[in-house]
Amino acid sequence: MAGRMQGDERFGLDRKIRLLGPVKLDSGAEFAPIDFAYETYGMLNAEKSNAILICHALTGDQYVASTHPVTGKNGWWTRMVGPDKPIDPARYCIISINVMGSCMGSSGPASIDPSTGGAYGMAFPVITIPDMVRAQAILLDHLGIETLAAVVGGSMGGMQALSWAALYPDRVRSAVVIASTARHSAQNIAFHEVGRQAIMADPRWNNGAYYGREAPASGLAVARMAAHITYLSEAGLTEKFGRRLQNRDAKSFGFDADFQVESYLRYQGLSFVDRFDANSYLYITRAMDYFDLADMHEGVLAKAFAATKSRFCLISFDSDWLYPTAESRRIVHALNAAGAAASFIELSSPFGHDSFLLDAPEMNRIVDGFLRAGEGQ
Amino acid sequence: MTSLRPDLAIIAKNVRPGSRILDVGCGDGQLMAALRDHKQVDARGLELDARDVATAVSRGLSVIQGDADTDLAAYPDGSFDYAILSQTLQTTKRPDLVLDHLLRIGREAFVSFPNFAQWRIRFAHMFGGQMPVTEQLPHRWYDTPNIHHVTIDDFRAFLKERGVIIEGQWFLSGNKPRKEGMANLLAQHAVFLLRR
Repeated sequence: MAGRMQGDERFGLDRKIRLLGPVKLDSGAEFAPIDFAYETYGMLNAEKSNAILICHALTGDQYVASTHPVTGKNGWWTRMVGPDKPIDPARYCIISINVMGSCMGSSGPASIDPSTGGAYGMAFPVITIPDMVRAQAILLDHLGIETLAAVVGGSMGGMQALSWAALYPDRVRSAVVIASTARHSAQNIAFHEVGRQAIMADPRWNNGAYYGREAPASGLAVARMAAHITYLSEAGLTEKFGRRLQNRDAKSFGFDADFQVESYLRYQGLSFVDRFDANSYLYITRAMDYFDLADMHEGVLAKAFAATKSRFCLISFDSDWLYPTAESRRIVHALNAAGAAASFIELSSPFGHDSFLLDAPEMNRIVDGFLRAGEGQ
Repeated sequence: MTSLRPDLAIIAKNVRPGSRILDVGCGDGQLMAALRDHKQVDARGLELDARDVATAVSRGLSVIQGDADTDLAAYPDGSFDYAILSQTLQTTKRPDLVLDHLLRIGREAFVSFPNFAQWRIRFAHMFGGQMPVTEQLPHRWYDTPNIHHVTIDDFRAFLKERGVIIEGQWFLSGNKPRKEGMANLLAQHAVFLLRR
């Protein structure tokens, strides 16, 4: 069994595949062919019953627990995924896929449109979170994985996990949804619109046709800065920066980054543009803004889970004001109404939305116990 | 199931195997785990305390962090064979509304509570002139979670008024079961099985 996957080119680090598809999109359009960039860790067992799909957030990628090829940094969720972690490659076949619309190798606006030979740019179709999930299902078919032991995701990853359970009730045994929501609120949409307008106001954006030229880096950096504030908390920012000045003893009476928090945000913006495509940012934030799982089910969220056989574990953080606890509770109420096996807990952390990416031993303990309990099924 | 708290042991003994239960105020899931492991019960829980929820979930139980006073409304009618409220009734803001929900959500409901008319408590109040602090109710007046003390006779009167049917009743002195006679004076705990 151990040798089952040896020589199977479909599994391993930094995999790339083009599949015929098509993906049927919520817009009514069809998209084909589809490129996938993904990674797998660990071995698929003989029963093919130990696969876990990890879904990434807006600016995340498939490098969950391996070195990022652009930044050289560790994977974004090494606290959760890895040897002796709750999601352990010794026990699970772990799959992470760059979402459709993104820019780390899966089909997105920066990809080459085979029909023109140039980048898609704004000719890339507007996609939704369920579209991303439908695309992922096509890749899982190719990998020969019918049923997932679990789908796990934080933030936008949680939206995908919820969509997986709703779209493919027979393919998901357990879903872990962390710091997420079943719909984007007016405030969520508002912040994203600020980011999109910053990108589109950058003259280098050029209606999305900037490939091969200078990218709208300043617009994208501002978008990232605005979004980054929503990932933190006031208490977290105060603790980290307060009103402290950056490398100076007095205010400059100018518009340099006098404050540490300004310098930090500028750094966040600038470093982001090296690894992310501005058009991808437009498309993925749009997909998130369109997300409302109840909307697809006559406005009744419980109906989204009517057919589900999945177990659910939801976790929120008390300082997360982007997707506050009330949103998780709303999902839990819908799961109760649908009779689904659901667990929910609000954890305490001062670090806002980003808490799920940081050290949270209680979160790890819960996810570990929840996944182990599902293994017997 | 021998290690269960005595009132929980009574409930566990009288739950039909293979049934669906909602344990409201389930703590760390002791009763749920026992029912799951020994009676193939499909158990769900609701608990306010985050640490208890984390322990219950890490044991593989389906437990939601929430409040009996506010979160029961989200459960559909008749969605469980039993709704269970053990040692929690007296801590709720509106025990009457919580009971309404229990009898709506569960086809039957188990309710257990400490009897505030037990003679030790009466004595402490009558002769001490102070709010009783006993082994069974160890909290002081200012830090007690028990904000709606109730006696067995109060509870029976309440059920009668509402036309709730008593299917079973059990009484405890310490860890030992006792007969129904003079339960309001002698029993420390009561367990009722109810239905509409």
